[in-house]
Formats: sequence, C-alpha cells, structure tokens
Amino acid sequence: MEILVCIKQVPGSNKVEVDPVTGVLKRNGADSKMNPYDLYALECGMRLKEQYGGRVSVITMGPPQAQAVIREAYAMGADAGAIVSDRAFGGADVLATSYTLSQGIRKMGKFDVIICGLQTTDGDTAQVGPEVSEALDIPCVCNVIKIDKVEADAIYVDMEMAQDIEQLKVSFPCLLTVQKDIVQPRLPSYKLKKETEKREITMYTLNDMDDTDKKHYGLSGSATQVQRIFPPVSNKEQETWEGAGAELATKLHDKLKQLKFIS
Amino acid sequence: MSEYKKLTEQDLAAIEKIVPRERILWANEINEEYSHDELTATPSYPDLVVRATSAEEISGVLKYANQEKIAVTPRGAGTGLVGASVAVEHGIMIDTTLMNHFLELDEENLTLTLEPGVLLMEIYQYVEPKGLFYPPDPGEKTATIGGNISTNAGGMRAVKYGVTRDFVRGLEVVLADGTILELGGKSVKNSSGYDLKDMIIGSEGTLAFITKAILKLLPLPQKNVSLLVPFPSLAQAIGTVPLIVKSKAIPTAIEFMEREVIMDSEKFLGSSFPDNSADAYLLLKFDGNSTKEIEEAYDGVAQICLEQGALDVLIADTDERADAIWKTRGSFLQAISGSTTQMDEVDACVPRSKVNEFVEFVHSLQDEMHVRIKCFGHAGDGNLHVYILRDDLDEQAWGKVLLATMDKMYAKARDLGGKVSGEHGIGLAKKPYLKEDLDPAAIKVMQGIKKAFDPNNILNPRKVCFD
Repeated sequence: MEILVCIKQVPGSNKVEVDPVTGVLKRNGADSKMNPYDLYALECGMRLKEQYGGRVSVITMGPPQAQAVIREAYAMGADAGAIVSDRAFGGADVLATSYTLSQGIRKMGKFDVIICGLQTTDGDTAQVGPEVSEALDIPCVCNVIKIDKVEADAIYVDMEMAQDIEQLKVSFPCLLTVQKDIVQPRLPSYKLKKETEKREITMYTLNDMDDTDKKHYGLSGSATQVQRIFPPVSNKEQETWEGAGAELATKLHDKLKQLKFIS
Repeated sequence: MSEYKKLTEQDLAAIEKIVPRERILWANEINEEYSHDELTATPSYPDLVVRATSAEEISGVLKYANQEKIAVTPRGAGTGLVGASVAVEHGIMIDTTLMNHFLELDEENLTLTLEPGVLLMEIYQYVEPKGLFYPPDPGEKTATIGGNISTNAGGMRAVKYGVTRDFVRGLEVVLADGTILELGGKSVKNSSGYDLKDMIIGSEGTLAFITKAILKLLPLPQKNVSLLVPFPSLAQAIGTVPLIVKSKAIPTAIEFMEREVIMDSEKFLGSSFPDNSADAYLLLKFDGNSTKEIEEAYDGVAQICLEQGALDVLIADTDERADAIWKTRGSFLQAISGSTTQMDEVDACVPRSKVNEFVEFVHSLQDEMHVRIKCFGHAGDGNLHVYILRDDLDEQAWGKVLLATMDKMYAKARDLGGKVSGEHGIGLAKKPYLKEDLDPAAIKVMQGIKKAFDPNNILNPRKVCFD
C-alpha cells in the first residue's frame, strides 16, 4: 500500500503574535515544529503500513528550512520525503497551496491513500486537505476519527458529523483528513534520526511541475488576498450584580435590550 | 490524658479578640478535610481552626496558645503524606491558605517574596511569563510553598537544581511565644551565626511558624527536551543511571517507570502513553537555551543508553509530546491510589548506585509478603516512591502486612546507606524509622533544638523526633 502524508512546518509556540504595526505574523524562525495535527496523520500512515505493508512517504511545501519536518518524519518512520519549494510559490492562499501540493504529489508518484491532519495550528482553515483531493480529482473524507480496515481497493473509515458518526467505504486512491486524538502519535526515534541523517529529500521547484505557468502559483494563483491580520480584541468589561432572582432577571432583560441583543 | 489544654468557649472568646470570628472555625464548623492529610490512616480533629491572614494574627494566637499550653498545628493545603499537618493533640490549627499573596518580585536580586499559602503551581504561573524560573518541582503542584519549605520538598528537577532548601533565601517566622523573626534575607552569601533559616526548613512546623518566604529565582531556560528511553528490563534501565551520572551530563530529571504503573495511569487519565514497546523506561529531561545546545547535551547520554541495551531513545521535543509523557508521570500517585482500596508509602532515599538493589528487593517483597507493591521514582537522585497496596485485605491483616513490609524496606534502605525520607518528611508516620535510623546522640541534639525554639512544646507536638 502506498501511503502519502502531507505535513507542514508551523511556529514552535502556539502563542502566535501579530506585529501591531505591519499586521504580519511574527514567526520566530529558530523555533518551529511539525504541525501537531499532522502527527496524527503520520501515525495513522505508520500504523497502516505496519498492519498492511507498504511505504509511507511525506510531502511538505515551504521554504527550504521546512525540510526539518521531513527529517522529523524520517525519525518517526517515514520512508521517503519531498519538499515543494520555490519563490514563485510564496504568498499562496489555501487554493494555490492545494494546487501546488497536488502538482508535487503528481510528480512524487501514485498513492492509494493520502492522509492530512485536520488543520494546521497557524492557519486553522482545514481546507487544504479537501482542496488537494479536488485538484487531484480523488474522493475525500474529512474528520476521520477511526480507520476500521483496508481491503485491496478501498479503506473503511468513521467520519465524525455534527450529531452522528458516518461509516464509509472509500475507493483508492483517496484522501483522508484525520481528527486530533484519532491515535496517540509515536515519538521521534533517536536511532532512526541517526540512521536517516543522510537520507535524501527530493525537492520540487516550479520547473519540475507538469504545469509551469507561474500564474497558477503563489500570490497570483490565489483567489483570496489577506487585507489585514490583527489579534482579536476581547471585551474585558465586566459587571457583577447581586440581588433576588426576579429583580436580576428584569435587570438582565433591560441590559440585553439596551445592548440591542433583543428588541 | 493529654498534657495539652482542650479548648473551651472561653478560649474561643479569647481568640476572637485576635482573629475575627468569621475566620474562626469552631466545633461542627470544622470541615472533615481538616482532620487528615492525603494519606492519614487515623483522622484527628483540631478543636478550633484559625484561617490566618497575617503574621500579627499568628503571633497573637501563638502567644495565647503558649500561655495556655494549647497544641498548635500548622496547615497549608493538606497535601502531605506523613501526617505532619494532622492535629494529633487537637488544639488550634492555623490554616495559611488565605495568606496567598505575592509580596514582591525583585528582578534586580532575582528573588520572590511571598506568603506561605501561595500554591506551588501559582509560583510557576507567576514567574515563568516573566522569563524567570523557580526550579523545585515536587509532584504535588497544589501544595503550598509553606508546606514545601516545611518538608524541604524536592521534586524531579533536584538532579540538576537541588531541592527547596537551595531556593529559600530568607524566612519570616513566628516563634512559639509570638515573637516575629526575620531569618536570612536577599543577600546571596551569609556566614552570620547559626543558620536558623536552614534549621526551620524541613522542620515540619515543629520549630516556628513560617509566615513569609524569600525565594531565589533563576533565568528560565528557553527550551527543554525530554527523552523517553525504553529498556527490556527495569534492572537495565536503573543500571544505566550511574553511568549517566558518571558521564558528567546533567539532565534536570532522571525518572524511572514501569509498564504496570503506566497502564494504571492510562486507565486513570483515559489517554494513551506514546510508547508501549517495553516493560521499563527511563525518562530524562534536559534544559537549555537552544535546541542545538540541548541536542549536544543529550547525544552522549543517548549513546550510553543504547550501549546499555536500550531499545531506542525517543525524543519529546515539543510541548505536546512532553505533555503526553509528563502528564502520565504526574498522575502516578493518583492512578495507583485509584487502583486499590488503601495504600501507604515509603519515600526512602538511597545512594544512586544502590537504586537497583533496592528496587529489586522491593519487588521480591511482593511475593514474600503476599502484597501488591508499586514503585516509581527519581532514579537521578535515589529517591524512590514505593506504595504498598491494601486491595481486599481486612483491617488486621493489612495492619500486620504493612508494618512488616515497611520494617523490611526501611531496614534494607538503611543497609544500603539510605535515608528514611527523601522529600515527604517524617511527620507522624515515619517517626519510628527515623529513630532507628539516626544516632541517639543526633536525636538528642534535635530534641534540644526543639526545646530552645519551643520550650512549652506547643508547636506541632509529637511530630518528627518526639514520641
């Protein structure tokens, strides 16, 4: 079974700060890590390989230093890895990112199942997974909370819905995005880290792609443009009232009316 | 017949003149919680509880108690394990949990002045966002700093940083007669007479009442990495520790843990541990200011572990990964407690090179004494936590097997050159073992010191070195 896991390098701290003047995310270059959601995806991939045989490959998109997450995936047991990296890919929104990744995936080979984390901790859109499947024209199941079994040409999974759990059989090739806590991710191994120190990481640039039209990538391939990023302002004004229930109920009603939450 | 006075309505009236009535608990106002600590077998209620808010109030109460010969028991969060905060002679209990204020953070001297009722976890939350570090980290984070100082609690980072005593610069205490005294201070050095501050630390409330502390802080290391090292056997795991120590690498913590305890913890937490390849693990933690610096520090240690037969060395280099391991480690006590009906503990400390022998002995006792025993601990400093589990034994059988098992364990620890308690203290529960452990001349000096501080013996009577 050929398994591919999409991974991303994100800031090492969950406390992402926004520069109040420029509105740009302050990324502390020295401190980064693999997107925590991707650890679940990689663990699912490793367990599929251990149970059904095959290979686990990983792919990432980002600047050259993002190769660190591929090294990390190697230390967790991944067999091969590629990075999609080119100045032309910079400034991509989810649509352009998904398209770029799909181009890289096509170059990398044929996969039975592609697994992504549900979302990233720095973007939080949860859109790249499904949009990659769209660009590759393969079926996609999001919010997977359990992988039940694998047959020769399909995989059975549980998808979490708002109220229910849907059990699905999905034909290969397909893409899954897996929920946090679907499995407990393994830790990187020192032994594997040493063994894979010199293992190659494939790099795909714009010129390697089937589609080399610059307009389809990066900022120019993006359907959305970021106008401004700013930290949310929280309203810390608080009032405390004391008194009898009926009296407080009237007071609360008046207040809500005054604030125009009710008419 | 107790030599101490049983409190009456008149005493209540007298104490009301010192502390407002709403902060006094009397008779059936006293909650059951005040009758025991986390592990006491025999509960005992105080006659009266004072929820103090200042050294002056405590001074007033002690002065009165000293005149009237009333026993006084200090109380923080009640998380102790040896009965030190249980009012065995009833009398007055002084609860410090309302004295929970930070008084001063002195960034020029790197000190933090605070009241005794501040919880350990509150200290971390207060100093760490400011880039400062209070290294002692006893497992029980809801304990008060007053309690930590009273037992000289240690924790896992003791390997690199030392214990609570190493981070107390100064104390304000109230003596038994009500005198308020400042001991030590902000200065780094002090060779000025007997160090009374150090005598108070670890005295479990028997010498004076702590009302303020000046703690020493360090700059907060920017990064840390934990290594989880699976071994085929516990003996191999623990046997590796002296080699790590010898290699001159200084991890902040070296813990050992066994599969069985990890499984109890998984059940307790409802989450799974990141590895299940082995029966025994070492857990090491390294800190520093960059990933590179830490990687260089742990590389040699990883090699030593592999040479000693470790199956691998697993790297927890992010908060999520470290949390998955340390949450499990942090819940061991509750998890073991939840797996049985009642338990008692041994907190012996042996030289690091003898840990293996001690653990093997503890394991062999399970068969010999027909009782379940679970154990984990600080391999890096030789402090073991051993729990003897009652399961379905009846009262009599339990009492008998517990006593016999403890006797054997403490005798073994003594043979190996160990100490009765590494960090939980002596309190009430470990007194007989301390007596066997120490030279009678040492006990005599301790009793003399107690007399000098507290001639009427009102402060936490019958604890530590008194029958």
